[in-house]
Formats: sequence, C-alpha cells, structure tokens
Amino acid sequence: MSFADKYEMVCGVETHVEMATKTKIFCGCSTEFGGAQNTHVCPVCLGLPGVLPVLNKEVVNLAIKAGLALNCEIAQFSKFDRKNYFYPDLTKNYQTSQYDLPICKSGWLDITVNGTNKRIGITRAHMEEDAGKLVHSGETITTSNSSGVDYNRTGVPLLEIVSEPDMRSIDEVLVYLEQLVQIMDYAGISDCKLEQGSVRFDINVSLRLKGAEQFGTRTETKNLNSFSSVRRCLEYETERQAEALDDGEEIIQETRTWDEGRGMTLSLRSKEEAHDYRYFPEPDLMPLVIDRDWVERIRASMPELPAAKKARLQALGLSEYDAGVIIASKAMAAFFDQALARIDDAKLLANWVMGDLSGLLKTNGRSFEDSPVSPEQLAGMLALIKKGDISGKIGKTVLEEIYNTGKDPEMIIKEKGLVQISDEGELGKIVDSILAANEKSVADYQAGKESALGFLVGQVMKATKGQANPGLVNKLLRDKLAQ
Amino acid sequence: MTIFKSLEELHHMLVQKEISCVELTRAYLDYVDSADCWVKAFLTVTADSALTKATEIDKKITAGESLGPLEGLPMALKDNMCTEGIPTTCGSRILENFNPPYNATVTERLNAAGAVLVGKLNMDEFAMGSSTENSGYYPTANPWHLDRVPGGSSGGSAACVAAREVPFALGSDTGGSIRQPAAFCGVVGLKPTYGAVSRYGLVAFASSLDQIGPLTTNVKDNALVLNTIAGHDPKDSTSVPFVKPDYTQFLEKNVKGLKIGIPDEYFASGLNPDVAEVIQKAIRTFESLGAEVERCSLPHTEYAMPAYYIIAPAECSSNLARYDGVRYGYRAEADDMSEMFKKTREKGFGQEVKRRIMLGTYALSSGYYDAYYLKAQKVRTLIKQDFDRAFAKYDVLLSPTAPTTAYKIGEKSDPLAMYMGDVYTIPVNLAGLPAISVPAGFVDGMPVGMQLISKHFDEGTLYKAAYAFEQNTEYHLQMPALLKEVR
Repeated sequence: MSFADKYEMVCGVETHVEMATKTKIFCGCSTEFGGAQNTHVCPVCLGLPGVLPVLNKEVVNLAIKAGLALNCEIAQFSKFDRKNYFYPDLTKNYQTSQYDLPICKSGWLDITVNGTNKRIGITRAHMEEDAGKLVHSGETITTSNSSGVDYNRTGVPLLEIVSEPDMRSIDEVLVYLEQLVQIMDYAGISDCKLEQGSVRFDINVSLRLKGAEQFGTRTETKNLNSFSSVRRCLEYETERQAEALDDGEEIIQETRTWDEGRGMTLSLRSKEEAHDYRYFPEPDLMPLVIDRDWVERIRASMPELPAAKKARLQALGLSEYDAGVIIASKAMAAFFDQALARIDDAKLLANWVMGDLSGLLKTNGRSFEDSPVSPEQLAGMLALIKKGDISGKIGKTVLEEIYNTGKDPEMIIKEKGLVQISDEGELGKIVDSILAANEKSVADYQAGKESALGFLVGQVMKATKGQANPGLVNKLLRDKLAQ
Repeated sequence: MTIFKSLEELHHMLVQKEISCVELTRAYLDYVDSADCWVKAFLTVTADSALTKATEIDKKITAGESLGPLEGLPMALKDNMCTEGIPTTCGSRILENFNPPYNATVTERLNAAGAVLVGKLNMDEFAMGSSTENSGYYPTANPWHLDRVPGGSSGGSAACVAAREVPFALGSDTGGSIRQPAAFCGVVGLKPTYGAVSRYGLVAFASSLDQIGPLTTNVKDNALVLNTIAGHDPKDSTSVPFVKPDYTQFLEKNVKGLKIGIPDEYFASGLNPDVAEVIQKAIRTFESLGAEVERCSLPHTEYAMPAYYIIAPAECSSNLARYDGVRYGYRAEADDMSEMFKKTREKGFGQEVKRRIMLGTYALSSGYYDAYYLKAQKVRTLIKQDFDRAFAKYDVLLSPTAPTTAYKIGEKSDPLAMYMGDVYTIPVNLAGLPAISVPAGFVDGMPVGMQLISKHFDEGTLYKAAYAFEQNTEYHLQMPALLKEVR
C-alpha cells in the first residue's frame, strides 16, 4: 500500500514576513537590507541599559492592512508582550512580540489546487521584532574559534502569520504559501524577497491514518526560506514520519531544522527541553487601542489583491491560465493594467505582455519593474496593429526597436518606413511578379495543394520586407489564382 | 559656610556675583573630597567636566545673560541614570566598565537647564534593596549616624543631600527608594506620578513601577527640580503628555480646608511607637493649620507587599536578562558560550539581585504565571481602587514613610525583614501615584519622615501640604552633626 493510500498529512505553517517599513519597529534605525555590519544600530535596538521602545505606527498600519487582506478580525485592543529567551543575537534577551492579544485573528485565505477550491484558516497574525545575526569565523557556532554578532536586522518589524492545520497535501501547502506571499507583495506589506530572507516559513506537519479523526504527533521545522526547500522538507519529513509509523515507532513532538545541503531535517530540541518563554505584558509599551476609523481608513486604501485582479482579467476575456500568469508577477500585472488603460483589447495585450515582451526582458535578464518598453509604448504599438498600420510581424520588429532605442512606435515606423502596404494596386503588381516567378507553386496550388498558398504569401512578404498587409496579400493571391 | 544653602539662595549668590560658578563648584568639590570619605555617597566624581561646565556658566554671567533657576548649581545623579561618557554602573559589578554612549532624558534636561553634574551616586545594586548595603561597591553611611544605613536604594542620593554635598540629587523609586532614604536621612524626597518624568535612560529595575524624582533639603527646591525634569518625552511610551504646571506656584503656608485621610492600615503593628508618636504630632500640626483630618481605610494594603514582590522581581528577571557579558560590561572568562553567560552572571550580580531574578523567573514560568503574576496584577488593581475611593474624599493621604528610623549597617540580615521597611511606600508605586517624604521629627537623634500621597498628577497638592508643614516646623533646618566636624 502506498503512502498516499495509507496516510494523510496534516500541515499548518507559521510565516514570518519582514514588513516594508523604512525604519525599525521600536526605533528610527534604517531597515535597509545589506549595509556594513552594525551600521544600522542605535542604543534602542542594541538594547543598551535604560533604553525604551517607541512603536513605529507604520508597522501597525501594515499589520492592519495584512489582516484585512487575509480576512482577519482586527483587534480593537491589542498589546505587546515579552517573550523571554537567552541568545547572543537577541540584544535584550527577550523579544518584544504579541502573545494572547494579537492584532489580527480568525481570517482565511482561499486557494485553488488542481481546479479545486479550498479555504485555509488563518489563526492569527501578530507583530514582533526580528533578532540579529551571528557571524561565525568557521562553519557553525560549535566549530568556530570566534563568532561576531551583526545587529543590523535587530528590530526589523516582522508579521508572523499562523495558519490553521488545514493543509492536506504538499501541493496545498505550496499553493497556500505562494498565494500568501503574493498577497503580502500586492498589499505592500513586504518586499517578499525570499532570497534575502524577508519571508521565512516554519512548517508543522503530522501524519494520520486515512480516515482517522485524531491528529498525529507533529514536528515543527523552522526557518525555511524558499518554496523548493518547503517542498523538499515536506517530502522528507512525511516520508520519515511514515517510515517511523510503519515501524511502530512513536513520533516525538519536537522542533527540527532543515539541512539544505543534506536534504534532511534534524532534531533541534524536543518538547521536554522546550523553552518556557515566560511571556508577560511588555511594561514599556502602552496597550494598543485601534479605533474603527483607523481600520476603515486602511480598508479604503487597500490596493486590488491578486484574487480580485485575476477575476477582473478573466471577466475581460482572458483564460484562467493567462490571468494566472499575469497576476503571478506584481510588476507584470501592474504593467498590464497601465497598458490596458490605453488599449481596449485585453486578449491582444495579454499575448504581447506574456509573449514577446516577457521574452525580450527574460533574454536580457530584466524584469517588468525596469522594462525599457513602457506600458504606453506597448499600448501605442498595439493600437497601430489594430488600426492595420502595421502587421503583427512588423510589430515584433517595432517592439525590439522600442526596447533598444526607447523611441516611440510611431517614430520608429516613420523612420524605418515600416508602414504596412495596404494599397491594392501596388500590392497587386508585386503579387503578379511573384506568381510569374513561381510557376511550380501556382501549379501545385491549382492541383489542390493548399500549402502552396502559404509559400506564395511568404514570398510576397519577403519581397515587401514584411510590410505587406497579410490579409490583403491572401485575398489578392486567392483572387488571382482563381482566375 | 557658603555652600550649605538652598538652590534659591545659591542662585541668588551667582546672580549677585557674590561667588563665581567655578568658585561655587570648587567649594562643593572640595567639600565632597572631605566629607565623602565618611559618607561614601559617590561612586564617581566628575570634577573636570563640572569645572569645564562652571567656566561656561561664568562666561554667561560675565556676559550679563540671565540664569535659569538651576543654572550653575551642582547636582549628582543616582548611578542608574545614563550619562554619556561617564560611568553608569547601577551599583553593579556587571556594569563596572559601562560608559553609556547616550544621556538619559533627565540628564539631558538638567544639562540643558545648566545644572552642573559633580558625580554619580551609590545605590543598592540595580535599585534592589532598602539600605544601600547591597551596592556592588561599598555601603553608604547615614550622615546623621555613620554606623546607620542611609536607606535605599537611593541611599547615595539621600545621604549626599543630607550631608549637603550637593544641593540636589535625583533618585529613582520603584517601591519607596526615594522616600524611604529621604526619611532616613532627613531630606525631602518626591516620587512623582508614574509617567510624569521620563524613564528613558534610567537603567530599568521594574519598568511598570520605576520613577525618577528629586531629593532636596527643602520643599521649594524640590519643586524647582521637578519643574525641570517633568514633562512628556516621546522617547518613553509610558510618559504621559500632560500640561506641566509651575510647581512652585503651589507653595503656600495655608492648608485651611485641605482634606487629609489617615489610613488605619498604615498605623498597624510593625510601626515603631516612637515613629508613630512623631507622625501623630505631625497630624496635630496639620489640624492646627486648619486641615480637616479624618481616619480612613485602604483595605487591601496588606496584599501590596506580596504583590510587589511578585511583580517587581518578574519584571527585573526580564530587564536584567540583557547583562550576559556579550556586548558591554563585565565578562567572565570561560571555555564556551553558556559557561561564559553563567560565570558572568554568577560573578557580576550580587545576592539580592540573584534572589529577585530567581523569584521573578519562577513567578513567570508556565504553570505558575496564573497563581503568582496574574494574581499579583489583580491585587494591584484592587490597591488602585482603594486609592481611587480614598481620593474621592481626600486631597492627600498621610502616613509614616517607614515604620522605623535608620537601622544599623548589617543589622538586617533577613531579606524579608528588610522588605518590611517599604510597607508604606510600595502601595503608592503599585498605583502609580505621586508621594513625598518630608522631615517630620526625630527619634533618638535620627530623622523620621512623613509621607503624603495624592492622586495622579496632583504633585501640586503634595507640595502645598508639604510646604505648609515645613514652614510651620523646623525639622528641615537641622543638619547632621557630621557636617560641623568635617567643616
């Protein structure tokens, strides 16, 4: 009996998102990524004796925004708590976080996996500060002669989003995470740069026999920072648990770590040695009272989120697949919307955005964020195609010219003489000469070989350097061949 | 001697050019030199920077610029208030070599007002204690009797003001640490409303209880200092934006019609009969001045002490976790990281600090949180409600500051016995109220303090009552005999 026939996985995820504020959560230091070690620090984020935290209001704004994007209840009364634990990357040896009264709770996120819709519960989302980073002289803390601490990241605001254990397959987990990250990106909560660690995942997973009611014992694997790691980790961990269960072993509730190099999870600490964080209300910060006006102001400022955007694009005639591809990238979707304001043909636009322009950008290692072709230029070029001034084929040339020179499409067409030949008399002469020069093809066509026509069209296009109106060429050829 | 004067008199001398600021500063520094070998109130004397600052002030005086009320006047700060580039040890070995790269807000405000810092003052380590015997360095003596404690934890602040080593000092009060040493040393000590004075740069003991306040030889000086240090600070989230009055405007000798409540619970067993007698006499003084005095009850008083000894250690266990030898302060040699943490804390912290860290860690641990911390917070609410009810009827509450006068150094070895010394001051911190201790008499030559408590942000009424009492009595004019000897 295979794994999937026997067991069902139960998974919930805690996602840490670095919020996109300019300054840290409790002081005015910069949150910018990079920078020489310990340059974005002050007495407050270093936790020096006597310092006090002052809450950055923008963090609260973003947390509320995230809560609204995830259909959460926004608490009217929220507070910060201290989570006490001891580690050299933690300046105060406690983390200021939220415990029993988080700012957001009881939300959800709808996902679609293989055409099936599913609602994943969001238990809560709370604000907290990030810790610093240990820098070892060697590979690990235990094998290094010395270790330094970089506190630049200390105090960077985090939103921890905790899901319900609602996911039952690795695909569901990945779709949930991808959509979650996309929402955070769209809502402007975070820059969502996974490669810079601005989103991290803790994966809770257990197995139970198919049809069983009770959850099995779970493990928590901490600090995964890519979708592929999540997939590999879940593949490994479910397999490990299944083997253990098959052998009649008990799963130990424990915290594990993912070893990317070895492709396996390793035990970090068990429940018995689990930390007692000794949470208590942060006495240096006042409780947070959030009035409804505040929430409504933020609700009114919410940008269009991916799901709504996708539905709108589908309503404009795009296929689900196309709409999905476009919204998958916030920059591409923004580009699309800006161009759409100038060209009333979503399908045509989608083809060019997803096809030629994407291809050009990809070849040159660029993205829609820094596209040399502006949405206005693309829309302008597409308008010329629709008007019949240029062919689609010429369009490709024009697009490349825009890309390389930054010039507007009209100017390129004028300069290069790329205007489409739609003059019947002029084209008729060219067609005649092509027919005269290709007697064999003419005979083939007349003998019923339809493909010969394509060859003749190609010859006309070649002779006009692609400027001939293809529809007209077709019509003229057919007319003349029928004579 | 020129220097045994009030802030107002010293200000006058500078303005009238009877003495230059440098001369005045030197006079104080010289006196500290001769007196502090007995009192041991100072941990650091900042002679050079004090004289530099005095020179600047003299330039202003020469230029004919007007002087603020504290400008050019010497001060000293309890060593838990951060002073940029000047050692701030908190009375602990673990911060022995700590020179903060920034100033506390009170330091900034006093610097801006032109006060001249002459040094940092001894204290019970991390403000934990009631006698200043728990300093990581040496105990401070009571200027009235050198074999007695000055009280604590602001013992250095109270002793140095009592010995007239400076005209004013700042202390911090978590459970009575300004008022009790003020009482033991015969000076005026105010614990302002929680949120009235910024805690930014005050090395935290118990964040929800700590408050900085002035110690002076008389009530008017006290109001002058509060004028400078009080007020909202955006760097402290618990600092309250309130309209700060000129506190000296409340000083009048008339207390006719002032309603004074005398809480029965503050006169129960444990109060030394001689101290009780002094306070009874003080009550009669108020009556003779036309105040309306009435007995009242604060029924949850007996629970204040146990609640405090849960909340304060709980917060301290968290606040002191940062002293691990990693970034600043003392670091012990060890083979690995965990061992380094352990040894640093073992050697850097004293007994009382360790005791409270352990108490607090236990009280917050899962399984005990509800039984201890949460329960204590509920008691705290009940204590606040007691006071709310009382202040619906009375303008001020009057009590002894401490149940006894200053005891002998080394006399109280049982920590619980020492904790009892704060039985009348602790409820005030739990409720976040302002309270003042003023000299009210003597028992066997040792000063007795009277505590006045008022409602939130009503320091004005405290000053009014305290000033009326002071101006109608002469206790504040007496000075320790030591002063004559040193002179």
